[in-house]
Amino acid sequence: MKGFTAALLGAVSLACITPTEAGSTLDAIKARGSLKCAVQGPSNPGFGVPGSGGKWVGFNVDLCRAIAATIFGDAEKIQISALTTQTRFPALQSGEVDVLTNNTTYVMTRDTQLKFNFPAISFMDGQGILVPKKLNVKSGKELNGATVCVQPGTTTELALTDYFRKNNMKFTPVVIQSRDELTRAYADGRCDALTSDATTLAAQRSTLANPAEHVILPDRLSKEPLGIAVRHSDEEFRDIVAWSFNALVNAEELGVTQANVDEMAKSGDPEIRRFLGVEPGLGAALGVDEKYAYTIIKQIGNYGELYEKYLGEKTPLAIPRGVNRLYTQGGALYTPPSR
Amino acid sequence: MTTTALSRPAPGRLPAGLKPLFSGWTNIAITAACTAITLWLAAKLYAWGWAEAVIHGDATACRAASGACWAFIADKFDFFVFGFIPEAAHWRVLFVLGLIAAMIAASLYRAFWGRTLLITWVVALVFAALFLQGDAFGLTPAPLRTWSGLVVTIWIAVVALATAYPLGLILALGRLSQMRAVRLLSIAWIELVRGVPLISILFLASIMVPLFLPEGIELEVLVRAQVGFTIFGSAYLAEIFRAGLQSVPKGQSEGAASLALTRWQALRLVVLPQALKAVIPAQVNTFIMIFKDTSLVLVIGVFDLLGTFKASLSDPAWLGFSTEAYVAGAVFYFAVCFGMSLYSRHLETKLSRDHQR
Repeated sequence: MKGFTAALLGAVSLACITPTEAGSTLDAIKARGSLKCAVQGPSNPGFGVPGSGGKWVGFNVDLCRAIAATIFGDAEKIQISALTTQTRFPALQSGEVDVLTNNTTYVMTRDTQLKFNFPAISFMDGQGILVPKKLNVKSGKELNGATVCVQPGTTTELALTDYFRKNNMKFTPVVIQSRDELTRAYADGRCDALTSDATTLAAQRSTLANPAEHVILPDRLSKEPLGIAVRHSDEEFRDIVAWSFNALVNAEELGVTQANVDEMAKSGDPEIRRFLGVEPGLGAALGVDEKYAYTIIKQIGNYGELYEKYLGEKTPLAIPRGVNRLYTQGGALYTPPSR
Repeated sequence: MTTTALSRPAPGRLPAGLKPLFSGWTNIAITAACTAITLWLAAKLYAWGWAEAVIHGDATACRAASGACWAFIADKFDFFVFGFIPEAAHWRVLFVLGLIAAMIAASLYRAFWGRTLLITWVVALVFAALFLQGDAFGLTPAPLRTWSGLVVTIWIAVVALATAYPLGLILALGRLSQMRAVRLLSIAWIELVRGVPLISILFLASIMVPLFLPEGIELEVLVRAQVGFTIFGSAYLAEIFRAGLQSVPKGQSEGAASLALTRWQALRLVVLPQALKAVIPAQVNTFIMIFKDTSLVLVIGVFDLLGTFKASLSDPAWLGFSTEAYVAGAVFYFAVCFGMSLYSRHLETKLSRDHQR
């Protein structure tokens, strides 16, 4: 009896977990008057943390605000849910949130099997190695015979093993499950190096007694493109998300900042005039206000400014911009032009 | 109690209670070792928690010190209590917490027990919900989705108990009912809910419920979590009540019937008071369990007290003070739960004394 009921319930629930497709996401957002975004829960240093006055602040929160600015002309019309890794995908599928701005790694199966779209890659992360400066190591390739602290059973551990094997080097792993304890083990000198995603390493480094004496090596052991995710078959909303993000990057490329955006609007450069909606066309094509890009930059700032504010050298995290620099400055940040 | 009072004080310099600790060399050695370890731990704890702790200051001062960083807790204290509730509504949070505290305090006195108290509870909770949200009173709105921190922990626990208690009673009576349909339904409810972990009920409430709701209707995740807790609590309380009801001898209801009481009167005046009294410890266990389980709402994106602790751990300015946060959390949960069990013990002795009289 109990087994039958459970089986029935299971069947019902399976039948019901299909993305809700009634009505477009954009209409629902407009009717509601706010955009519902997911950030990583309980919180993620630099990307989304509860700030003073009960507001979420962080890099990912501002991505959400940028999308809201495009839709409503007001970056404050957002609702943030902090979702754990277990609930983030069902939440997007069930319509609990409109968009994931929570550092979800963009991989093939999530795009295809989970039926998500990734309109933008907002941050290019990758597995890095943290070492004390006094070791005098410039590259991961000099770490032959090192003791490395790593969390067990993760892709991180796998990538570490592969990296050392590929470079014909030996290492002794120190595996500890808890991230805090792992950091402590590194701080106590139980291992020469600590490996994790670079953004995580930066957070771990900032908890050390003297963060300036440790360095994240330039090597990246894995590709972790962190993307913004939306549901399938909602092209209108997908475009809005994509071009809200692209506006952030293109503004940096064009030299448009929060401070100079009003001045730039007066410039004679046709590209900038089109971008900021002085010459109409782009906003209408997207189905939003002509000055959407102006609004985003005015209310939030450009990509570079966000990076500096939440993750850059002046923050406790001090994550080097690295591959997230513009392609014009030696990075890999390359978005399609707004034209 | 009685045995100690009657026995004669043992001769010797040591009080009787301590005597076995020093009988023979082995015991003396063990006692000495235990005392030394306890003292050593206490000294360590004192040094960490007080002598070398940083009470005022910033993260840099904390990292330099070897003791605890209470400055972190102090800095985040507002967030723990108010969470994401807008600042203009903070006084309402304090008011609602005060109201609930006053209601609980009043409920501790048996003199107040009665129908009036029940009605006051319902009125107070409905008022608190509306007042804190603010819309109905024309105050700065604090929508349900902004509710977080201490107020969520208290709110979920109190409302879950307030709703699960009557529901559990109905289910228990339903399970003992002569009517087949009612009995089967009650059994199905109780066994299904008791057969799955709370976390899956919460997932179901947070992810499945929106799929069943008609288009355009959105139920706040806090409400859904609340419903999950009520369902969960009702099933557990129902089984406790059933045990209580079955422990009352049949003669009691037969006696009541012979006094021309109706079945309802017999139940309310004779059977239930004895049944509920018999299972006070088990009820309190469930209360404590539900109170502690409120911390599970974090997985569905609701920030309870522990959630705000965890969230503030990754503030870039204050990274790495998890021990302090968890210690503070443990102290709070311990204080509340221990208070509950002390009260239940008090109630138990009091009620059994009544019984003997």
